[in-house]
Amino acid sequence: MSLTQENLARAKELIALYPEPRSALIPLCHLVQEQDGWLRPDAMEEVAALVGVTPAEVRGTATFYDMLHTESVGTYAISVCTNIACLLDGAAELLEHAEGTLGIGVGGTTADGAITLEEAECLADCDRTPCVQVNHRYVGAQSLESFDQLVADLRAGRRADTIPNHGTLVRVRRTVGLKADPAQIAAERAAMAAAQADRAAAKAPVGGSSS
Amino acid sequence: MAITEVPHIVTARRGYEDSHTLERYLATGGYEGLRKALTMTPEAVASEVDTASLLGRGGAGFPAGRKWSMLRKDPLTYLVINGDESEPATFKDHLLIESDPHQLIEGVLIAAYALQVTRAFIYVRGEFALGLERVQQALNDAYDHGAVGADIFASGFSIDVVVHPGAGAYICGEETALLESLEGKRGFPRIKPPFFPAAIGLYGQPTVVNNVETMSNLPWIILNGGAAFAALGAGRSTGTRLFALSGRVRNPGAYELEMVKTTFRDLIYAPVLGGGIRGSNQLKAFIPGGVSAPWFGPDQVDLPLGQDEVGDAGSMLGSGSIVVMDSADCVVRAAWRITKFFARESCGQCTPCREGSGWLERVLYRIEHGTGREEDLDLLLDVSDNISPGLQWPPQQTTICVLGPSIPSSIHSAIEMFRDEFLLHIKEGACPHA
Ligand SMILES: Cc1cc2nc3c(=O)[nH]c(=O)nc-3n(C[C@H](O)[C@H](O)[C@H](O)COP(=O)(O)O)c2cc1C
Ligand code: SF4
Repeated sequence: MSLTQENLARAKELIALYPEPRSALIPLCHLVQEQDGWLRPDAMEEVAALVGVTPAEVRGTATFYDMLHTESVGTYAISVCTNIACLLDGAAELLEHAEGTLGIGVGGTTADGAITLEEAECLADCDRTPCVQVNHRYVGAQSLESFDQLVADLRAGRRADTIPNHGTLVRVRRTVGLKADPAQIAAERAAMAAAQADRAAAKAPVGGSSS
Repeated sequence: MAITEVPHIVTARRGYEDSHTLERYLATGGYEGLRKALTMTPEAVASEVDTASLLGRGGAGFPAGRKWSMLRKDPLTYLVINGDESEPATFKDHLLIESDPHQLIEGVLIAAYALQVTRAFIYVRGEFALGLERVQQALNDAYDHGAVGADIFASGFSIDVVVHPGAGAYICGEETALLESLEGKRGFPRIKPPFFPAAIGLYGQPTVVNNVETMSNLPWIILNGGAAFAALGAGRSTGTRLFALSGRVRNPGAYELEMVKTTFRDLIYAPVLGGGIRGSNQLKAFIPGGVSAPWFGPDQVDLPLGQDEVGDAGSMLGSGSIVVMDSADCVVRAAWRITKFFARESCGQCTPCREGSGWLERVLYRIEHGTGREEDLDLLLDVSDNISPGLQWPPQQTTICVLGPSIPSSIHSAIEMFRDEFLLHIKEGACPHA
């Protein structure tokens, strides 16, 4: 399982936006998740090859970030915020209710693979509490009743028009490449590549001495 | 000036359903600030921002004009916009990104011109799916409109802007962690010195990092002049600010208010703003500037919304987010949850922050859940003191970044203000509010 032709082309477009290919690492992980829902090991290898790092560096980076998943995720990831503003407005009770309704704990996925439940930190929508996102899209403040309705709607596919499957983050694509002075951009890339080579040389083990 | 007569500098288009579109933006004076800036010299543009005395809106409150003047001279420099907004209870950049992305982009272009930077990155928090789509769409449209790209508005100035998604990590809001993240790495803050972005930033090149709201003020400042901006507010806190109000008020929301001329009381109680405490409860405490800030009590409610005014009173205006707690709220539970957040988001590089946050979280948990001991209060303060020696404000730092010394804020405040409540939890073996 690897990137489709179309996504490979998109990956190359993304890489071209940065002075150093590695900067595209996170955007490429999002792209892989859009295709597969999560980061399969072989996909991480492919990203590594595309941006010129080791697969371990991709995994090491990905595991730092909450939104990048190295294990499979349900079609819909429901994130319930329990941070301060939501806590003051019943978020802990909502999360407990969600665990009961879905029959899973935080981090778990329902047996049908439809829903993963996450306890989120502040989602920056604190005037609509308790705050819930599905696949990182705001669904407004939720009561215990509206939460159950939300789950039923998701399962029945009734929210599919506004909430794409897990992994699809941004549906609007950049329509243009870099437009400023091409000579300058080329010079910048060359300077970055040289600096990168210097750093690599500096890191390489020298004559067996390790410090 | 009455609260409602203050000019809406960053929220002028808030009433429009289509405020995020190019059509609406152009119909309401959009890109006029950029056109004007392009007729000025870059130095003159920077000088207007300096005159405005625009303080950074990301949390530290450093003057934008001064920051720009510190950018090390180099043929290759970058501008990076911080749209990672994850300080708990802060939701104003979210609003600006979703509802007025062109205003943000115009601000970025004005800053890029003043700094003569030809590449800018807008780093947007990954959880802002709609925000990311709105900024990308706005950017696509701005390129088509000739506002971004080669020779913009036939001025001879060329600039590319790239929207970059985050992937869920609070620490990436810290500017050097953000640069690491933008380079495709884990969000580990860099040691300063030497890694001040203005000297050694993105890819080792000199870089200006500014917040979304900071940028969103620039079109107005250029159109109306820095002096008009500086005429609002008082002292060092000029202009307006978009305050995010949450918690136990009737009308939580983001309100653009004149700095200093408005007080916390206005924000919390004015009928057109917070509308007062919900139900029949009383104000118990409030956090004046994001959860990294020490708390205030009801006796501090008449303080003005100004950076130095709040700083002198022992806290900070920080990210401009105010959380209101009332008499029914449990402060132990609040301090525990805030500490749990820091424990979860510590990047783990520094021992006091990594280990201390976990310790504090566990001790607060057991007090809240009825198994605390009286010595726990001293233990909490002792561990806090190890993270931030002296527990003073502004805090001492033993760590690479200021996430560490922010951890004790809520704990120290809660114990100082509500020691009896902690003791009651311990004595009764349960949370009295549960
Ligand atoms: C732990 C931590 C988190 C931060 N999070 C943010 C953030 O989400 N957004 C932001 O603009 N600044 C944040 N900052 C402040 C930035 O480091 C930086 O000061 C700011 O982006 C500079 O922009 P300004 O001068 O325009 O305010 C954070 C700082 C720390 C220490
Ligand atoms: S203080 Fe905490 S978050 Fe900041 S660098 Fe150290 S361990 Fe990381």
